[in-house]
Amino acid sequence: MSQLDCTWADSPGLVGALATVDHKRIAIRYIVTTLVFFALAGLLALVMRTQLARADNDLVGPDLYNQLFSMHGSAMMFLFAVPVMEAVALYLVPLMVGTRNVAFPRLNAYGYWLFLFGGLMSFTVFALNIGPEAGWFSYVPLAGPQYSPGKRTDFWAQLITFTEVAALIGAVQIIVTVFKMRAPGMTLSRLPMFAWAMLVTAFMIVFAMPSVMLASTFLITDRLVSTQFFNPAEGGDVLLWQHMFWFFGHPEVYIIFVPALGMISEILPAFARRRVVGYLGLVIALVSIAFLSFGLWVHHMFTTGLPPLGMSFFTVASIMIALPTGLQIFCWIATLTTGQPVRFATPILFVIGFFFIFVIGGMTGVMLGASTLDQQLHDSYFVVAHLHYVLIGGAVFPLFAGFHYWFPKITGRQLSERLGRWNFWLFFIGFNVAFFPMHILGLEGMPRRVYTYSAASGWEGLNLLATLGAFMVGASVLVFICNVVLTLLRGTRAGDNPWGAPGLEWATASPPPAYNFSDIPVVQSRSPLWEENFPVATVAGLPESVPTVLVTRLHDAQPDHVALLPAASLWPLLAALATTVLFIGTVFSPWALIWGSVPVGITLIGWFWPTADEARRHREIEIRPREAEQREVAFGELSA
Amino acid sequence: MNARTTLDVSRLPTYAFGHRSLMWWGTAGMIVIESTLFAIGLVGYFYLRGIAHEWPLSAPPPELRYGTWNTAILLLSGIPNQLAARAALREDLGAVRRWMLVCLAAGVAFQVVRALEFTALNTHWSRNAYGSIVYALLTLHTVHMVTDFVDTAVLAVLMFTGPLTGRRFVDVSENAGYWWFVIGAWLPIYFTIYLVPRLF
Repeated sequence: MSQLDCTWADSPGLVGALATVDHKRIAIRYIVTTLVFFALAGLLALVMRTQLARADNDLVGPDLYNQLFSMHGSAMMFLFAVPVMEAVALYLVPLMVGTRNVAFPRLNAYGYWLFLFGGLMSFTVFALNIGPEAGWFSYVPLAGPQYSPGKRTDFWAQLITFTEVAALIGAVQIIVTVFKMRAPGMTLSRLPMFAWAMLVTAFMIVFAMPSVMLASTFLITDRLVSTQFFNPAEGGDVLLWQHMFWFFGHPEVYIIFVPALGMISEILPAFARRRVVGYLGLVIALVSIAFLSFGLWVHHMFTTGLPPLGMSFFTVASIMIALPTGLQIFCWIATLTTGQPVRFATPILFVIGFFFIFVIGGMTGVMLGASTLDQQLHDSYFVVAHLHYVLIGGAVFPLFAGFHYWFPKITGRQLSERLGRWNFWLFFIGFNVAFFPMHILGLEGMPRRVYTYSAASGWEGLNLLATLGAFMVGASVLVFICNVVLTLLRGTRAGDNPWGAPGLEWATASPPPAYNFSDIPVVQSRSPLWEENFPVATVAGLPESVPTVLVTRLHDAQPDHVALLPAASLWPLLAALATTVLFIGTVFSPWALIWGSVPVGITLIGWFWPTADEARRHREIEIRPREAEQREVAFGELSA
Repeated sequence: MNARTTLDVSRLPTYAFGHRSLMWWGTAGMIVIESTLFAIGLVGYFYLRGIAHEWPLSAPPPELRYGTWNTAILLLSGIPNQLAARAALREDLGAVRRWMLVCLAAGVAFQVVRALEFTALNTHWSRNAYGSIVYALLTLHTVHMVTDFVDTAVLAVLMFTGPLTGRRFVDVSENAGYWWFVIGAWLPIYFTIYLVPRLF
């Protein structure tokens, strides 16, 4: 074993697995956890579709149906769509920017454990008949103390707290890793598109999530200790909830969608064997989507009786977002058509599926963005169709493309193309069969969130069709699971760079070693692996006796200093357990905020407190800033 | 990867102050998140005020005394805080210890006064939405105040007992930055809770 191996490897066994701070191990767990929640939430959808397959069906009663759709939506949004994107990023971004871990490895572990415990709590209480019941956006007064007695909505509110804290932690990791830990020479204008997309997403998370955290805290205090935020009789306001929720909830859609855009901008160039067309335009499009997404939230509230001027403003803003999105689509088409002929491997199939489905979802989005039409279609199945076209088309298809594309890097094995095709076609056809009829059902007046409908409505045929489609999608996911399992058991081994792609993540072994790169490369272009003389230089002299990373400057990625990272530790897990006790405790008693913070404080201090051994190792290699030589020297020689 | 040239980083420092350090960026990220939280809380206050027929709702404004004392204590605590940060930059352990202790004393003072503040709000969170939002804003700030006090206390103990390494001075410097945030966040909250009902 080399010194690097000894320093970075986790200790074997259960303790090593629980204490790990390796971003790759944590991210793989994160991805698998989100996929399990995706499958569970998908099963809930199948139960709903089975119930709706026939008119006047009594398989599921109204109370359970309320919990089904509330849990399905909440889990898909909070336990799958946002976290899976962050999880993929926590795996890929350090590799893409050429560093050895994320900026705050222990915090990363803590974020994952918190997410896991939050998700487990939610599904456990759902199984105990205390699942959320007021929709994934839990509107008051329906979710307030009067109409949602019991603990169902309190657990929903804490689900928000768990997942948003985890999401915020992930966002800070991504921002700092991208800003300060890029390989030397990787200026911001050479940053891979997926890293750009995740950077933009992380900033959106930072500004959007606090709103829903505060809102859900207000909701839980209204319910638990009789605050009056949302009670109109005492000066509160129900629309305050909607404003606070959608100020988060609309950017949320783009928080899910923007990472997917980044994935497509990575995958297409690798297959077309040319650099992506319009790099600068794509980056500007991502940033403008982020800004615009904060000016759209009221379009979810067109039917709440807001002033007409406000409606016009938000109509225009909503429709304007089609511009940067359209720009991206044209850049991708240009990349595809001006590159070399593309082999229709599974990732490309899913990208093309994305084009088709997302464009339809985008067009129905323009329709719904017009407040006049929205008045008609609000709360109908047309909205259900639209949001699934946008979210599944816009995020799940690119995500599956990404899984097939990066799977060989993560596991060292290539997914079966044959099963991949089955996976794609079942998903693509099943999806359209399931959701296209819902447009028509919505136009015919079928409302959302009804547990059944009468035979006289004439909706039975299309509903049955939708159910068949939903089961096809379920079959597709089964095929995917089989593909993953079979590939892990006996799949073909992938090389370091099976697609011949240009990004740094392909410059290391598949799967990468614990330290990612034995030598950190110096980067001189946007597609480093396509340069003939790559790498023109590598970094030497990083201390290897403790985990270290090279910190570079924000704008030009010149080496600045060496950061000593913390070692693996059980404290993040213990801190997450203590935090879980606090969060769940506050569902039952406000005093949990006081007594619950004691174990949290103790575990956080344990986490922070350096061991004598670690301090000694750090002192051995320590170079004080004032003692260090001029940092320009080393890099100046290289560029000359 | 076999490159012909190497970029030798063995003489680079192993920690750095200010925006060069990862910890600075982590703290900045946290401050941005918390600022957004405060900002949305304040917007909530003005939203509720906007739909109310009178403000404050059926209560006299909170007593000025304790809130104003606390504003003064918080602002004054900026002095030892800044001196601790400067001492950290010089890596002057004696001065770091001294000024952190002064900061902690100020911390004890503003927490005692904060407890008194809660007794002089002239409303209750359960009475109406005005009471709820006033308590929410004050509690939100108190949570930050208490956590920052505990952080500072733990770090101060470490600076006395060790084991110490150079980058603990970076921690002191970042801790001081966060303390400034706790002071800075208080000013708009003070203005809103105490002055808005009187001035507008």
